[in-house]
Amino acid sequence: MALIHLSSPHVSKANSTARVMRLVLLATLPAVLALTFFFGWGSLIQIFLACTFALIFEACALYLRQRSLRFFLSDGSALVTALLLALAIPPMAPWWITAVGMFSAIVIAKHLYGGLGQNPFNPAMVAYALLLISFPVEMTQWNAPFVLIGDSWQALPSLSQTLAIIFNSSQALALDAYTGATPLEVLKHKGSLTTEEIWRSSDVLNQGVFAWYGVSAAWLMGGIFLIYRKIMTWHAPLSMLVTLFILASLFYGGDPSNFADPFVHLGVGATMMGAFFIATDPVSGATSNKGKVVFGIGLGILIYVIRTWGNYPDAVAFAVLLMNLSAPFIDQYTQPRSYGHKHSSPTRGGHR
Amino acid sequence: MSSILIAIVVLLVLASVFGIILGFAAVRFRVEGDPIVEQIDALLPQTQCGQCGYPGCKPYAQAIADGDAINKCPPGGQSTIDALADLLDVDAIPLDAEHGEEKPKTVAYIREDECIGCTKCIQACPVDAILGAAKQMHTVIVSECTGCDLCVEPCPVDCIDMIPLPVTPANWKWPAPVSDPSLILTDRGRGQLLQGASQ
Amino acid sequence: MSRIFSFHGGIHPPENKKQSLGADIRLAPIPTQLILPLQQHIGKAALPCVTIGERVLKGQKIAEANGRISSSLHAPSSGIVTYIGPQPVPHASGLESDCIVIDTDGLDEWTALSPILDYQSMNKMDLINHIRDLGIAGLGGAGFPTDVKLHLGDDHIVNTLIINAAECEPYITADDALMRERSDEVLAGIEIIAHLLKPSHILIGIEDNKPQAIKALDHALRTSTLNIDICVVPTKYPSGGEKQLIQLLTGIEVPSGSIPADIGIVCQNVGTTAAIYRAIFKGEPLISRVVTLTGYALGHRQNYEALIGTPFTTLLEAAEVNRKALFRLVMGGPMMGISVNDERIPVIKTTNCIIAATKDEMPPAQPAQPCIRCGMCEQVCPASLLPQQLFWFAQGREFEKAKHHNLFDCIECGACAYVCPSNIPLVQHYRFAKSEIRTEEFEQQKASHARIRFEARQARLEREAAEKELRRKERAEAAAKQQAERKLAEAAPKEVSTDEEKATQLKQLKTAASVARTKLKKANDALKNAREKGLEGIDKLEATILLLEQKANEAQQAWIDAGGEQN
Repeated sequence: MALIHLSSPHVSKANSTARVMRLVLLATLPAVLALTFFFGWGSLIQIFLACTFALIFEACALYLRQRSLRFFLSDGSALVTALLLALAIPPMAPWWITAVGMFSAIVIAKHLYGGLGQNPFNPAMVAYALLLISFPVEMTQWNAPFVLIGDSWQALPSLSQTLAIIFNSSQALALDAYTGATPLEVLKHKGSLTTEEIWRSSDVLNQGVFAWYGVSAAWLMGGIFLIYRKIMTWHAPLSMLVTLFILASLFYGGDPSNFADPFVHLGVGATMMGAFFIATDPVSGATSNKGKVVFGIGLGILIYVIRTWGNYPDAVAFAVLLMNLSAPFIDQYTQPRSYGHKHSSPTRGGHR
Repeated sequence: MSSILIAIVVLLVLASVFGIILGFAAVRFRVEGDPIVEQIDALLPQTQCGQCGYPGCKPYAQAIADGDAINKCPPGGQSTIDALADLLDVDAIPLDAEHGEEKPKTVAYIREDECIGCTKCIQACPVDAILGAAKQMHTVIVSECTGCDLCVEPCPVDCIDMIPLPVTPANWKWPAPVSDPSLILTDRGRGQLLQGASQ
Repeated sequence: MSRIFSFHGGIHPPENKKQSLGADIRLAPIPTQLILPLQQHIGKAALPCVTIGERVLKGQKIAEANGRISSSLHAPSSGIVTYIGPQPVPHASGLESDCIVIDTDGLDEWTALSPILDYQSMNKMDLINHIRDLGIAGLGGAGFPTDVKLHLGDDHIVNTLIINAAECEPYITADDALMRERSDEVLAGIEIIAHLLKPSHILIGIEDNKPQAIKALDHALRTSTLNIDICVVPTKYPSGGEKQLIQLLTGIEVPSGSIPADIGIVCQNVGTTAAIYRAIFKGEPLISRVVTLTGYALGHRQNYEALIGTPFTTLLEAAEVNRKALFRLVMGGPMMGISVNDERIPVIKTTNCIIAATKDEMPPAQPAQPCIRCGMCEQVCPASLLPQQLFWFAQGREFEKAKHHNLFDCIECGACAYVCPSNIPLVQHYRFAKSEIRTEEFEQQKASHARIRFEARQARLEREAAEKELRRKERAEAAAKQQAERKLAEAAPKEVSTDEEKATQLKQLKTAASVARTKLKKANDALKNAREKGLEGIDKLEATILLLEQKANEAQQAWIDAGGEQN
C-alpha cells in the first residue's frame, strides 16, 4: 500500500534530465553532418575523443565525490558538454587539445563547483576560452572546407590522414596543406582594405563562406527543433540574434567599407551554435523569460563588440562567460511579477 | 617651503570641513533604533526557564548585549542561536551542553488526583499558566504553558509531568523530502562516513 | 458570451475522465458504520451534541458549529452513536482525529425536515442561518463554510458571482456528472445564491472538455430569468483554481493576501449550489455527495452518490476493487489529492474523487536528480513564481528569502513538479518550507505572548511586594501603638472584667491541670515499666516525675485559686 507522506502530485510527465540531454544531442546531428560534409572526418573523431574523455573524467570526479556513478553518468550532461566542445574546436586539432578541454570543462568548470546544476559558467565555453588563450595556434587552425581546395568531398584529408594529423603532431606539416583562415579571421586582418575589397580578394570569403553558412544553417535547424520540442524557449536565442543583427546593421549601414555586413555576423563563426546551444544553457544562464531576453541582448552586444574591436576573431565564448557572470544579477532584477502582486517582488538576493 | 604650508593648510581646512559635516550628520540623522537588548529579547523563546543561568529571558538578553555567549538557551535551540548570530553579526556556535539540550516542545501536565493544592507550582510559573488555589486542585492552561519545567521541581508530591505536545492534524508539519543518501552525499555526511571508517 | 482571458502557465496532463463517465450516478450502499470527522472544513472543529448510545435519525444534527467559521454535522443515516473519539481521517499526515461513529440500522429513517418553499419572502439572515444549520460547506476543495461566503456584511459589495464548474483535475468527473444529471438543481441553487448576494453578473466557468454538461446547463438556463453566462474556458490545468478561474473569467487578479470578496467576487462550486438547493427546497442537510470512483484497480469506474462518512472500503468494494492491482489510493485528484494508507478512512464533505491506481498508473517517484535550472517549472507556474528559486531556498532552509519570493502565493497545484525533468518533489519542498515558516511565526507569537504574561507577572509581583511592604509598615505602626497602650493598661491592676472571660480562663486552667496530671501518670507508668524490666535511667525518670508532680500540683492549685471546684 501507499506511503503516508507521499506529497501530491501523484503523476508526472514522462520527462527526465536524460531525455532533455538526449534531445539536445539529437539536435546537434545536423551540425555534425554539416561539419563532416564540409570539413571532413575531423569533427567525428573529435566527438569520439571528447565523449570518451568526458565519460572518463566524469566517472573519476563522481568517484572522488562519492556519488553514484550509474545514476549520474546516465543523465547525459557530460556528453552534451563533450559534443559542444568537440564541435567548437577546429576539426583537425591535436587530440590533447580535446583532452585538456574536457578536463577543464568536466572537472574544473563543473565538478569543482558542485556538479550538475551548480556550475556558474558554461563548461564547454570555459574549456573553449581556456584552450583559445593557452593554445592560440592550434585553436585557430581550421582546415579549409572542401569547396576551397577541390571540387568534391574527396579533396579533404581521408580518414587515415585525419587520424594521423590529430594523433601525431609531428605531421603537423601535413596539416598546412589543408588549413586556412576562417572568414572572421580574414575579416579581422583585412588591414587597410575595405570590406568590399577583401571580400573580392579572399577566396575564404567569396567561396568558402558558403560552407560556414551551411554549418550555421544546420545549427539553426537543430535549435528550431529544440524550441519546437519545448526543451528551451525562444527568448535568449532570438534576442541575441536580433541584437547582433541590429548592431551589425547599424554599423554596416553607417560605414559599409569598414564593417562586415549583418548576415556575415549571423552566418559565420559560432553565432548560431552560441545562440541555440550555449546561450540557452539553463544552468549558467538567466532564469526568467525576461531575464533570458536581457541575457541574449547582452550576448549580442558583447559578441559584436569583441568581434569588431577585440583581439580575437570570434567572441561567443568570451561573451557567454561574461554574461554567465552577470546572470545572478540579471536574475535579481528580472523576477516575474507574481499573481496578485502589483510589482515584481523586492529583490533580496537570488541563489546561484 | 610655501607649497608644504599650502598643503598643510588645505588638508587642515578639508579635515575641519568634513569633521563639521560628519558631526552635523551624526546629530541630525541620528537613528533611534531599537535598543539592542530589546532586539535580542525578541529573538529569545521567552520560556523564562532560567536554564541560561539568568532569572529570565530579558536578563539573558541584557547579558548577551554585555558580551555573554549566545549559546546558552536550550529551549530556543540552534535556530535561536542562528538568529542571534545573524543579528549580532557573530559566528553561530553550537548549543552549550552545560545549560541543557534542545528537547522537543513540551507542556506541563498536573496529575490532578494527586495534587494536594500546595500552590508551590503556581508561584514558580513565570507566565501564570497554572490555575488553582490553596487546598484546591491545580491545572495547567496548556495554551499558555511555555514548557519551561520550572514547576516540576517545587512540587512536593511530584505530580507534574512534562509531556511532549501531541501531534494532531492541525499542527502537523510536512517533512522535508528525503533524498536518496546513496545518490547525494553531502560533504558533512561524507565526513561522518570517513570518520566512521577510520574508527 | 463574455470574453475569456488567460492565466500564466498551466499544463495539459492526460485527462483520464472518460472511464468514469460511462454510467449515470449510482447510489452507493449504506455502510454498516458511518465515521464522521468533526473537522471536515476550514475553521474550528464542530462540537458533538449527541452521546454514545443515542439513537439518531437520518438528517439529525449530531455536531454543532463552533464559532463563525465552522460547520455543523448531521447523521447521514439512522443508527446508534457507538463511539466518539480519534479515528483515521483523510489528511495528508495520516494522523487520527476526533470522529463520531454511527452504527447504522439499515432503516434509513428520516428526521423531520423543514423545507423552505418560498425562500424569496424570507428574511435573508434567517435563510443564511438555515443554510448554516444544515452544515453546507464548499464541496470543491477547501470545504469553506458556505454561509460565511453568503453573508459578507455591508462592506463587501458583490459584483460577480462565479460558479466554478471547471473541474480541471484529471480523473475527477463528479461535477460533470452532477451537471449532466441535475442541472436544474444546480440552477436553482444558483438562483438562491443570487437572491442572497444580488450580484450584477453571474458567470459559470466550465472547461471545454464537458460538452454534455454545457448542453445540460444551457438547457436549464432557458427557463431562468437570471442573466447567467456560461463561460467555456479551454481545458488547462489548473483553470479550476479559484484565483485562476477568476483571472480567466474577469481578467482580474486577486491581490496577494486578499480574498476574492475583497474585489467583489464570490466563487461557489457547482456541487455546493446543488447542496444549497437541497437544503432550501427539501430541507436536507449536507449528508451525501457525488464521489468519482476511478483508477484501473477498480472494476466499475463511475460516479457514486455516497453518504458522508462512508468508509472507502464500502465504496471500493461496491466498485469491485482488485486489491492485488491496487498500488496507491488517492483522495482527490492526481495533482492535488492526498494519498491515503487506510481504507477505513471515510468520505467527507470535500471528497470529490477516490482514485484506486495501479502501479502503472501512478508509479513510485523516481529519485530526484539535481536541478538543472531548466526553467520548465517557471513556464508552467500559474502564479508566475520562480519555482526553482523557491526550491533552492526551501532546500537551503532560507525561509526568509523564500517568503520574499512569494512562497505563500504558491497554490500547490503541482504543475511544476509534474513537468520537472529531474523528478524533484517540488511541492513537498514548498509545503515543508511553508509549515516551517508557519511554525516559526506561531512560536514567535507564542514567545511574545509569553513575554507579555511574564512581564505582567513581574509587575504584579512587584506591586504585591510593595503592597505587602506597605501593610507590614502599617502593622508595625499599629503594633507599636498597641504596645504603648498595653503598657498603659498594665500599669492599672489587671481585672477579669466579665464572667465570660473568667469562664474561658477557668477552662484553660482546667485543661492545663489535666494535661499536667496526664503527663505525671504517663511518667509514673514509664517508671513502673522501667523498674519491672530493670532498664537504665531510672533515676532520671524519678527526677522528671518529681518535676511533673510539682507542676501538676501548681496547675491544680492555680485552678482552685481561680475558683475551680475541688477535685
